[in-house]
Amino acid sequence: MQKDMLVFAAKKLMKVVFTVWVVTTLIFFLIRLMPSNPIERYIQNLVVQYGMTYEEASSRASSLFALDLEASLFVQYIDYLSSAVRLDFGTSFLSPGVQVTQIIAARLPWTLFTVGMGLVLSFIIGIVLGALAAYRRESWYEPLISGTSSFLSAVPDFLIAIFLILLFGVFTWGGRGSIIPIFQLRGTYGPGVTPGWNAPFIRSVIGHGFVPILTYFFSQIGIWVLLMKGSTSGCLNSDYAQIARARGLRPAKILKSYIGRNAMLPIATEFAMRLGFIIGGSLIIEQLFVYQGLGLELLNATSNRDYPLMQAIFLVMTIAIVLSNLFAELLYGVLDPRIRHGGGKQDG
Amino acid sequence: MDDLRKTSRMKRTLSHMGSAVVRDKVGTAGFALLLMIILMSVFGPIWFPLDTESDPDKLLHPPSSEHILGTDHLGRDIWAQIVSGGRELLVLALLTASIAVAIGIVLGSFSALVRGKFDEIMVFLADVWLTIPRFPLLVVLSGFFRLDSVTLAVVLAVLSWAGLFRTIRAEVLSLKKRDYIEAAFMLDLPMMHVIFREILPNMMGFIAANFTLLMRAAIYAQVGLVFLGLLPLDQNWGVMINVAWNQGVIYNPNAIWFLLAPTIVICLLILSLVWISRSLEEVFNPSLRK
Repeated sequence: MQKDMLVFAAKKLMKVVFTVWVVTTLIFFLIRLMPSNPIERYIQNLVVQYGMTYEEASSRASSLFALDLEASLFVQYIDYLSSAVRLDFGTSFLSPGVQVTQIIAARLPWTLFTVGMGLVLSFIIGIVLGALAAYRRESWYEPLISGTSSFLSAVPDFLIAIFLILLFGVFTWGGRGSIIPIFQLRGTYGPGVTPGWNAPFIRSVIGHGFVPILTYFFSQIGIWVLLMKGSTSGCLNSDYAQIARARGLRPAKILKSYIGRNAMLPIATEFAMRLGFIIGGSLIIEQLFVYQGLGLELLNATSNRDYPLMQAIFLVMTIAIVLSNLFAELLYGVLDPRIRHGGGKQDG
Repeated sequence: MDDLRKTSRMKRTLSHMGSAVVRDKVGTAGFALLLMIILMSVFGPIWFPLDTESDPDKLLHPPSSEHILGTDHLGRDIWAQIVSGGRELLVLALLTASIAVAIGIVLGSFSALVRGKFDEIMVFLADVWLTIPRFPLLVVLSGFFRLDSVTLAVVLAVLSWAGLFRTIRAEVLSLKKRDYIEAAFMLDLPMMHVIFREILPNMMGFIAANFTLLMRAAIYAQVGLVFLGLLPLDQNWGVMINVAWNQGVIYNPNAIWFLLAPTIVICLLILSLVWISRSLEEVFNPSLRK
């Protein structure tokens, strides 16, 4: 039993390492082997703009990228891998001298805050509404819940963001101004507040984060409701639940011991998988709200061709998703013993 | 004889799909909506040609009898832009979905029929591939390549191989146990024959449902990348959102239809696709029917 779980976990861990390696390698060769090689372009740029000699420019570039350009491609690749393992991604192009990891550490909390809040709120409210829709299938509000959910789960998140910006920041209601002043829908916090644990700052952060959080909430709640409704009604119709009812067990008892755990199984794993997206957030939503998170930083890095920053952010996003997938699979293994014994093999 | 059998089977699946979709209210609504958008995009530009010249007297006007949705920042009619803005998106989404479905069918059914090491490696690769975040990858790629809409359509199709590969593989694995497939193998019919003559016709509903979902993903990516300014600006709804946003339309309540109109049509298009796929899934998977 214990050994089972260990073998299962080890297998999954191997996959994680492999995936991260694939992505790291992909990025390395994209940068080094592309026809419009960004490092070469950077060197040419230094030569043309600052009148450096090619050697000077090349040594400058190699220190920036933390790469030894004289060495063979293979040696460079090994160097790159070993510094990536130590989480050393070199320094940013755009703000020279600043470690890429520092930039990521500064941006990450904002994305974690908004996407995380949206995820948790939509999860809690979504499973309550979903369970309600499954239990009260004959009620008048069931079509309302299901209809709204399937609508919300279909609409792209950035269009939801645009609608919310219009609703809260632009439209005027009954002669008064908009609900939230439009300038509060841009940026992470207002001007004139000092970051720290003081009331004006916290109020400003919440004021600016409210609509982005609401966007993440609405873009995900539909999925939780539909998932919860589907899995709960599946369990309600199952043989063991019907037998439990036939045996005359109390509904509360059936709910707790027969349905709860089984219905939560797919939901819990989906939740674990979605945790990974907290890191990346949505690039477009952060762009819409000029929210200074990791996604917006990736966009800036891309438009400024800041390659060290680009590759590091992309890698961090991938690692987050890979780890959350691992978490989901392990969780599934703990909750559902059948998976472990089958070794996770999918068969038709 | 052989062809006759195939067409009759195809016809049966298709008519089965058709009747079930018509019976389903959501599916009917989805089809009607999609049909309207297609008709508008195909025939609309004939009656409502784009304004080619800007009119400095009518910048960002609110809706009026002359311009039912108002005018944009150059004084051009917005309704005409809505009418003309869908064609490109629809064609590109069709292109992406067709390529992706073709890749998915070939790899998925081949892998499921061959099994062995090839299958194991493919499943593993698909697992790995699915964990790479798609949209950030597209953004990063746009830093290296000069993407245009058609290239993007092809790239999108190639990038989405893993999801479809997995679902089609699972589907073929379950079909494989049916008698007629086993019979086909016993008769030693060639692999291509089994895939295209025996398996494919029985998966039409399933494939159609996935096709519309792929179209949805393609539209999301096209519109998203255009909004971020990572694709060249042609004439489509995503571009309208991009331009309206960058022109600061949200600060100008008079001109709000410049932003709102393309947002709403994209929502309608995506909703119609999702509704269609949902009712097709019900045809395909009768256990979902109530």
